[in-house]
Amino acid sequence: MTRNFFFKNMKRIEDFTVIQHHWLNENTFLIELKSSGQLPVILPGNFAQIQINNTPGVFLRRPFSIYNADYKNNTLTFYIKIVGKGSRELGLLKPGDITSIIYPLGNTFSLPDKDKVLIVGGGFGIAPFLLLGKSFREHQKKTTFLIGGRSKQDIMLASTFKKYGDVLITTEDGSLGEKGLVTDHSVFNNNNFGYDMIYTCGPDPMMKAVANIARNKNIPCEASLENMMACGFGACLCCVVETTSGNKCVCTEGPVFNINDLAW
Amino acid sequence: MVDLKIKIQDLEFKNPVTTASGTFAYGEEFSDFLDLNRLGGFFIKGLTLENREGNPYPRMAETASGMLNSVGLQNKGIDHFISHIYPRIKDYDTHIIANINGSTIEDYITVTEKLNDLEKIPAIELNISCPNVKEGGMAFGIRKKSAVEVTEAVRKACKKILIVKLTPNITDIAEMARVVEGAGADSISLVNTFLGMAIDAETRKPLLSTVTGGLSGPCIKPIALRMVWDVFKAVKVPVIGMGGIMNAADAIEFILAGSTAIQIGTANFIDPQVSLKIIDGIEDYLIRHKVKAVTDLTGAMEI
Repeated sequence: MTRNFFFKNMKRIEDFTVIQHHWLNENTFLIELKSSGQLPVILPGNFAQIQINNTPGVFLRRPFSIYNADYKNNTLTFYIKIVGKGSRELGLLKPGDITSIIYPLGNTFSLPDKDKVLIVGGGFGIAPFLLLGKSFREHQKKTTFLIGGRSKQDIMLASTFKKYGDVLITTEDGSLGEKGLVTDHSVFNNNNFGYDMIYTCGPDPMMKAVANIARNKNIPCEASLENMMACGFGACLCCVVETTSGNKCVCTEGPVFNINDLAW
Repeated sequence: MVDLKIKIQDLEFKNPVTTASGTFAYGEEFSDFLDLNRLGGFFIKGLTLENREGNPYPRMAETASGMLNSVGLQNKGIDHFISHIYPRIKDYDTHIIANINGSTIEDYITVTEKLNDLEKIPAIELNISCPNVKEGGMAFGIRKKSAVEVTEAVRKACKKILIVKLTPNITDIAEMARVVEGAGADSISLVNTFLGMAIDAETRKPLLSTVTGGLSGPCIKPIALRMVWDVFKAVKVPVIGMGGIMNAADAIEFILAGSTAIQIGTANFIDPQVSLKIIDGIEDYLIRHKVKAVTDLTGAMEI
């Protein structure tokens, strides 16, 4: 593995203008927002802290993985499911509305030494993986995305990911792809597994299960965590995860961790 | 030209705006966002003698107009600060004030003595008000006897300006301020967070691993402001006010209630540039109200 194959950017706080929503179903959307200036380089895994305006009960910013960055139009896109007041308000924004974003935050994934990578995303855990898939294509890696959800309504961006690699799907109800959890997928049962590195993001129990598989197969694995945070840039120390060398901030020392460094 | 300078005893600050311990890390984390040299000063994350891992996750819960935290003084200890962090931050042209904590009076004294040699730290904030540790912290600050003992002991050991940070989780904060002043405090800062809690009704589980935590943000501002006013009337030493300050108008309120300087806390998490906006806003206020010096506003509420 080569660590930090990208350089680090300065963090910034900036007003963004809403360009458009692209609704995937009644509670899931992509939102594209435009910077007034030139976007800095966004690394796969980076996230942003978005200010939620005019919403009683919402005090803090909300962290979201950066789903896509368009350097020509200087826009960022986020993949959002409505789960509470903050995400609901982002869905209600209108084109032209302005909101403040702190970005780019967090670290990035490692580039694998070898060629075949498996990316495992559960539900909204696929959000950081479009940029990773794009980067792997530039580096001539062979990428397979394994996307899991409860049912086919949760698997909405498979066609987008297909541009950057093979796509495998599991749903718990069997409505699309193989039936079961992502870790039940037949790709893991193959004696000739063939992947050189695994990347995962999603609910904690899913990532821990993927990490176990990676350990058993002796394959390097990185997980992108989503702990609750107040600031996003290392000041509040609220988002810590227990590692083999003490508590570390998910916002600055993550969100991407090698599973061997986590106390899982 | 308006005069923003203030003094805590003999120590002059370029303006009354500082940032609160535990919300500003060691300053560096904010250097991408703002010019730290413009601040009156910043209070660094609480230091302890030994490395502390703090409390288990989850340590934070959002509340109406505020947040609860139970970080629990996570830091790598005073020696790590002196050898690794201090050299990186010491040359900022602003006052760096060390917030110190301990489980015992001896811990407080040792940390104080180690800080005495650091030239670029002109003041110590004695934290007897952290609600998130089992020993020390607020345990010292809720009883007059222990508050006096630790203040006197640190006063003896401390060659710098000594600021004592009070907890609001007591009945009579003015009386506490008076006895701490009597024990040798050069200045009183208040308030630390209010002890609170939150429960997830659906799961019946507490939202913090420690069940209780410290409440901060605009929800505490009216109580903090009243306490600053109470303390201002009770002591002669300068008061440093904080508690939910989000903008320049809030800061002016704290100054009018008796603060010589103010600390910006939780607001730093939402807008890392807010401290500079507050400096500019205070300056605008002085011009607009034809007040020559910010010190003319301290305690100048008109009843």
